[in-house]
Amino acid sequence: MRVMAQMAMVMNLDKCIGCHTCSVTCKQAWTNRSGTEYVWFNNVETRPGLGYPRTYEDQEEWKGGWVRTPRGRLKLRAGGRFTKLATIFSNPKLPSIEDYYEPWTYDYETLLNAPAQEHFPVARPISLISGKPMNVTWSANWDDNLGGSRENAQRDVMLRGITDKVKLEFEQTFMFYLPRICEHCLNPSCAASCPSGAIYKRSEDGIVLVDQDKCRGWRMCVSGCPYKKVYFNHKTGKAEKCTFCYPRIEVGIPTVCSETCVGRLRYIGLVLYDADKVLEAASVEDDHDLYEAQRSVFLDPSDPQVQHEAQQAGIPADWIKAAQRSPVYALINRYQVALPLHPEYRTMPMVWYIPPLSPVVDVVKDTGHDAEDRDNLFAAIDTLRIPVEYLANLFTAGDPAPVDAVLKKLAAMRSYMRDINLGRDPDDSIPHAVGMDGETMYDMFRLLALAKYDERY
Amino acid sequence: MSQALVGTRRFFTRAEVSPDGRTMTAKGGRAGDAFYRDRWSHDKVVRSTHGVNCTGSCSWKVYVKDGIITWESQQTDYPTTGPDRPEYEPRGCPRGAAFSWYTYSPTRIRYPYVRGVLLEMYREAKGRLGDPVLAWADIVGDPARAARYKASRGKGGLVRASWDEAAEIVAAANVHTIKKWGPDRIAGFSPIPAMSMVSHASGARFTSLIGGSMLSFYDWYADLPVASPQIWGDQTDVPESGDWWDAGYLVMWGSNVPVTRTPDAHWMAEARYRGQKVVVVAPDYADNVKFADEWLPAAPGTDGALAMAMGHVVLKEFFVDRQVDHFEDYTRRFTDLPFLVCLEEYSDATTEGGTPAYRPGKFLTAEDLDGDAATAENAAFKTVLVDSRTGELVVPNGTLGDRFGDEGVGKWNLDLGEVLPALSLLDSATETASVDLPRFDLPRGASEVVRRGVPVRRVNGHLVTTVFDVLLAQYGVGREGVPGAWPSGYDDPDGLYTPAWQEPITGVPAAAVARIAREFAQNAADTSGRSMIIVGAGTNHWFHSDETYRCMLLLTTITGCQGRNGGGWAHYVGQEKARPITGWAQMAFGLDWVRPPRQMIQTAYWYLHTDQFHYDHYSADSLAGATGTGLFAGMSTHDQLALSARLGWMPSYPTFDRNPLDLADQAEASGQAVGDFVVDQLRTGQLNFACEDPDAPQNWPRVLMMWRANLFGSSAKGNEYFLKHLLGTDSSVSAVPDDDDLPKGKLDLLCTLDFRMTSSTMFSDVVLPAATWYEKHDINTTDMHPFIHSFNPAISPPWQTRTDWDIFKTIAEVFAPLGAKHLGVRKDLVAVPLLHDTADAMATPHGRVRDWAKGECEPVPGVTMPKLVVVERDYGAVFDQMGALGPLMEKLGTAQKGVAYDVKREVDYLLHKNGPVRGGVADGRPSLKDARHVAETIMALSGTTNGHLATQGFKTLEKRTGQLMHDLAAEHEGKQITFADTQAAPVPVITSPEWSGSESGGRRYSPFTINVERLKPWHTLTGRQHFYLDHDWMQELGEGLPVYKPPLDMTQIFGEAEIGAQNELGVSVRYLTPHNKWSIHSEYQDNLFMLSLSRGGQAIWISERDAAKVGIRDNDWVEAVNRNGVVNARAIVSHRMPEGTVYMHHAQDRLIDVPLTEKTGRRGGIHNSLTRILMKPSHLIGGYGQLAFAFNYLGPTGNQRDEVTMIRRRSQEVQY
Repeated sequence: MRVMAQMAMVMNLDKCIGCHTCSVTCKQAWTNRSGTEYVWFNNVETRPGLGYPRTYEDQEEWKGGWVRTPRGRLKLRAGGRFTKLATIFSNPKLPSIEDYYEPWTYDYETLLNAPAQEHFPVARPISLISGKPMNVTWSANWDDNLGGSRENAQRDVMLRGITDKVKLEFEQTFMFYLPRICEHCLNPSCAASCPSGAIYKRSEDGIVLVDQDKCRGWRMCVSGCPYKKVYFNHKTGKAEKCTFCYPRIEVGIPTVCSETCVGRLRYIGLVLYDADKVLEAASVEDDHDLYEAQRSVFLDPSDPQVQHEAQQAGIPADWIKAAQRSPVYALINRYQVALPLHPEYRTMPMVWYIPPLSPVVDVVKDTGHDAEDRDNLFAAIDTLRIPVEYLANLFTAGDPAPVDAVLKKLAAMRSYMRDINLGRDPDDSIPHAVGMDGETMYDMFRLLALAKYDERY
Repeated sequence: MSQALVGTRRFFTRAEVSPDGRTMTAKGGRAGDAFYRDRWSHDKVVRSTHGVNCTGSCSWKVYVKDGIITWESQQTDYPTTGPDRPEYEPRGCPRGAAFSWYTYSPTRIRYPYVRGVLLEMYREAKGRLGDPVLAWADIVGDPARAARYKASRGKGGLVRASWDEAAEIVAAANVHTIKKWGPDRIAGFSPIPAMSMVSHASGARFTSLIGGSMLSFYDWYADLPVASPQIWGDQTDVPESGDWWDAGYLVMWGSNVPVTRTPDAHWMAEARYRGQKVVVVAPDYADNVKFADEWLPAAPGTDGALAMAMGHVVLKEFFVDRQVDHFEDYTRRFTDLPFLVCLEEYSDATTEGGTPAYRPGKFLTAEDLDGDAATAENAAFKTVLVDSRTGELVVPNGTLGDRFGDEGVGKWNLDLGEVLPALSLLDSATETASVDLPRFDLPRGASEVVRRGVPVRRVNGHLVTTVFDVLLAQYGVGREGVPGAWPSGYDDPDGLYTPAWQEPITGVPAAAVARIAREFAQNAADTSGRSMIIVGAGTNHWFHSDETYRCMLLLTTITGCQGRNGGGWAHYVGQEKARPITGWAQMAFGLDWVRPPRQMIQTAYWYLHTDQFHYDHYSADSLAGATGTGLFAGMSTHDQLALSARLGWMPSYPTFDRNPLDLADQAEASGQAVGDFVVDQLRTGQLNFACEDPDAPQNWPRVLMMWRANLFGSSAKGNEYFLKHLLGTDSSVSAVPDDDDLPKGKLDLLCTLDFRMTSSTMFSDVVLPAATWYEKHDINTTDMHPFIHSFNPAISPPWQTRTDWDIFKTIAEVFAPLGAKHLGVRKDLVAVPLLHDTADAMATPHGRVRDWAKGECEPVPGVTMPKLVVVERDYGAVFDQMGALGPLMEKLGTAQKGVAYDVKREVDYLLHKNGPVRGGVADGRPSLKDARHVAETIMALSGTTNGHLATQGFKTLEKRTGQLMHDLAAEHEGKQITFADTQAAPVPVITSPEWSGSESGGRRYSPFTINVERLKPWHTLTGRQHFYLDHDWMQELGEGLPVYKPPLDMTQIFGEAEIGAQNELGVSVRYLTPHNKWSIHSEYQDNLFMLSLSRGGQAIWISERDAAKVGIRDNDWVEAVNRNGVVNARAIVSHRMPEGTVYMHHAQDRLIDVPLTEKTGRRGGIHNSLTRILMKPSHLIGGYGQLAFAFNYLGPTGNQRDEVTMIRRRSQEVQY
């Protein structure tokens, strides 16, 4: 056992209102400067949708992340270092600026400065790349709320294979939001892709950073990251990425995106993991086993042996305490309601998600389900507007079982709490039906619903 | 090979490589991290907030580095809500997070600007005449020159001016206008004081002191739910968002909470985890549908039908088939359901049985009874019910008749003693009768009569029944023993107001409606009233939204949810809560120096002054119900408005076709009393109401001062009519007026204060550079949370910008000497409407309308016409008055909602807190020179921030109600919130009689909890919550009771194409303007961050089905055209939109990427270029019970939802 500590995040998508406050506060704090106009360390995607950059999840196209060889070893999908070296001057797998979006501004000054003229003055879009007038045809969030759904949502990579279950028609509409930052992976393919060794993962907290002195701008990290969360600053010629706000984290303040999240859906916490088990977990054969394998890498911070080993590894006592009260550990391992984003990339991402419940019962079919009614509880899950298969493609490499289990826990919590809310006796058969006891379910309720500041972080 | 390369790596690096060759561990080498550490470092963090019209009231941290504002993030230090609830942190939204962009952006207004052509004229005239006022008079008095600068409005050519010169022009225009036309030809517009009370008060104080009219906003924005005064006698009072947590059942109905209440939405998401069920009613798959257990996609504007059907189910299952204790008890005590209504013959028609046809008439009052009751004080305003224990008639406590007279002292309460009111007469009735009820659901808006039975009694010749009995008849809920044709069941499509009836109207399945209604009521029964409906713009911005709301609010009221934490209505659109409202009102309206101020209903103001009334081609009686008596025959909406003005129902400024200063002088010279003089002049036709002929030059508005507002890029319904008739510049109106020779360019001066360019600054003659929200001191509250907190300057106002307070001080300073020279001290005749929460509410017994102009009664100021008050204005002292608290504070005190306050103690406190002013007319008075002084004064003069006043007010109220109340504020009696407190952290406010809910003991605010728990009457006729309204006009409109009225038929009224029709202009669709995800009204829609996260300019959402009909693809340029104007925008095509409806989100100004249109070759318009003002007569009623005017309380709404447009794909080659 080699205990290491990792700062990790869980986002409860069930609470995300898609407001993009996180994106704006992050951008204002970190990337509102020349060279990074198009860069959003934090972005929010409407799903189904194409994401940012467009179709980044299509690894057939972009070749990000790792693949498992028939011999059970991991290799970069884009090829090993030799391939990288061979293609270092013409990296073929980079999203173009159009795949992100061509950043623009407006000639705002004309509104005040316009001389007397025939028409009311107007500010026109001007490209921040070329400085010339342009037509806006794509933005950082073009397909927000299913905008242009035929051209966009329809082509969502995650819809492949389940188009028989998903119809983009008015009566069957569904959507949810997916906020994304760098995953600060345990097995980061960006770092492995860097010819300069400029990307490193901090040993004390696992934050993955680009050394701005060492970076030579090869952009192999951009290709290597399957989440496309490393960006190229076209002014400095260096790669930049989400830093997990380390200047804040180091002094005990949450990341900007977390603290400013008005949906109160982000949790930050320390997790302890066994560094010796990372490779093994990332290399399991069946994609469907990756979720459980990743969970198994985390160590139980209340286990005396783990605490002992952690101390031996030089982890301070207050960090071990932090791991014990970590909401992230609780959501991933104690309540088991958080899931990793795209475990099949085998990077072992450290930003996990609680899938959205959104138990809309289809009014058009008038099925009559009431999500709070214990008799209908699980039937309601089956009539979710958001198909479980779609969520499984995002969070469990296509295996619907873990997603289904999470959604049932959330639905059971609502049903269980309704009795308490209305002053009736709680019914313990409800938590039992999803493998929990009443107290654990109540604790989970408090963490998800009350979500006080000092319990979120 | 690659393995080998990596393998060799370990020999070239000092790092330690893991045995599997997968990881390397290096030490040090973190110098590169310094970049982000530098980026994060800053010098200070300043608390401020955003003075934007969103009700968010979020406290922010503004970061400053090297004297530059760098960015902002949310404060998280709100006082706790308690251990078992979520907290308010971290309130904010993406719009607010992007605000600092404006500080240094190229759209920032850095200097004063004047339109070049006007500035040249002014300099020339002043050089020639040597006096600013004479110079202004010279320009505007010359039709050619005036037309020239007016026609250039909006077309560039703004040039920098000095502060001295710009302020001089503004002051001169005001002085000249007062002198030549009268002070009531000046208007000020600034909305929503709660968002920055001092800034709002700045210009409002100046405008009020000089005698100008402050324009209302809540009604103008169509955010005022007129149903609220109709039902409760209250403008709007709603729960804070933390109270959503308490609800067991939550319906979001036309309110897209994640978008429009972003900082509050988490309460909804989190309450679901407590087992709350969430239902959404929205025509599209709106953002909040994501959170809903059920989605009812009701067709736009049909919400009233859905609500009527739900009401049908609840009345049948929970009142008739069985009874629920909580509902029975609640409706008897707190609603007008048990009160008796007289049936009246209304036509010559008879029923089949040969008896007369009746309709529900007036409330039975004590006047109609025998003996002492009939002769008691205010008997006509004491309504009557039946005690079910004795069968006797009872005049209960708490009606309007107990509110103002001496006999009512200690009796104005809801204490019924032993009386148990009978909801129905069914048990005690001796007979039944048929009543006629109008329906409006038929094609083309035709109204027909439905005839249904009610149990009745006879009282002194009156045939009476209860409101409850009439309500059951209205909702089609039959009972054994009651005659008439009733629906056969929920599945009866012809049974009016059944679930099956509404299905073809709304598109929502009947079974779903019945189920949701049942669940809603059952939850209320299970929780004693914790069922809540959040309502908003989607249901409120319609012409008939008052009726729609009454249908919806019936659901929360009969189920006993109002006045309960976690229950009742939650109206969230444009509602605000300037919590220290009494203090703010003194500052804003200069009540410390001169009373009364002029306050005008803005919708009517623009309906007249932008000549939109000339484009109405329908008569008012087309709105009447089938049980009407021809009351509106031959009347236009304009006639109704004029009647409302001359009867004193609503304010009307300019009031007369004569300068009110001259009128006051003439009255004095005549030797007559003012009232007599004016009445004589009116009778002989020498004097007329200005609103009767708004096109006569002496009746035009001449000066409009605007701050914290963007009329021309946002709220101006009928935007193109404004450009044409008010401003006299280019417009795209194609509608045909009833008169060819209408005035153009009525307004002489448009002056706007702002920190960014908008349509309003672009069209302005003078633009003054304002400080932003991060550059001034101010205070901010909302009803969404219970805290008061502050604005503070992170930096000083940069360039030549100034705070609003300082700008109006600057203007006043230049104005005062010009005023002294040209005006001096003058008398001003102010016409005041009959006011709510005063005895004026008893001016119209039984709501019987009598028009003195037709000889139906005598013109009596303050009874059958406006009050006439002469005030003195010292125009040379305006600057001194601006900057000091005036003497009327001690002399007259303050008043709010019928409660008077003695504030001598507070004035003394402020004298020491703010310090005295030295010299001038305000010598020795408390200073208001600094914005912080104003903030302290506001907070010292309100019970919400001064515990002494809260307890004083409750004690005053105790005398009238005879109920214990002052304990509600006792816990904070010694608390005075200071500005320093608000700088440290958001501070919880104090329970005060200024509002209807209690926060005592840290409780979440829910409206009407004081009414329900302390038996304090509502400010209505019966003192109860009203389902029934017996005013003549309400009866004529067929709106005595909740009823479904469909959207206006624009094909019938204006000849627009039928929805779905196609022609060369494209396809005809319903045109809705819901609130925008990427802006707060027009604020932020020009912000680069918001534009980068959206589509980068004006956009219209359209369904895939409609887009396919006319070949529109996503991001195509489209042109939308109707008679009101033209819009060019990009299309967003999505399957989440319903067929037949497009959305152009609210307040997309014309400044960003708007091309020239194909239709006119001119610049495309804004969202409101396709709308226009349509006034509903029921909103004009005044002088009767709860239907009485108060500023922003009651007035015609500027609704805009009923509109339609043609839309098509235009040429993709656009020109600018």
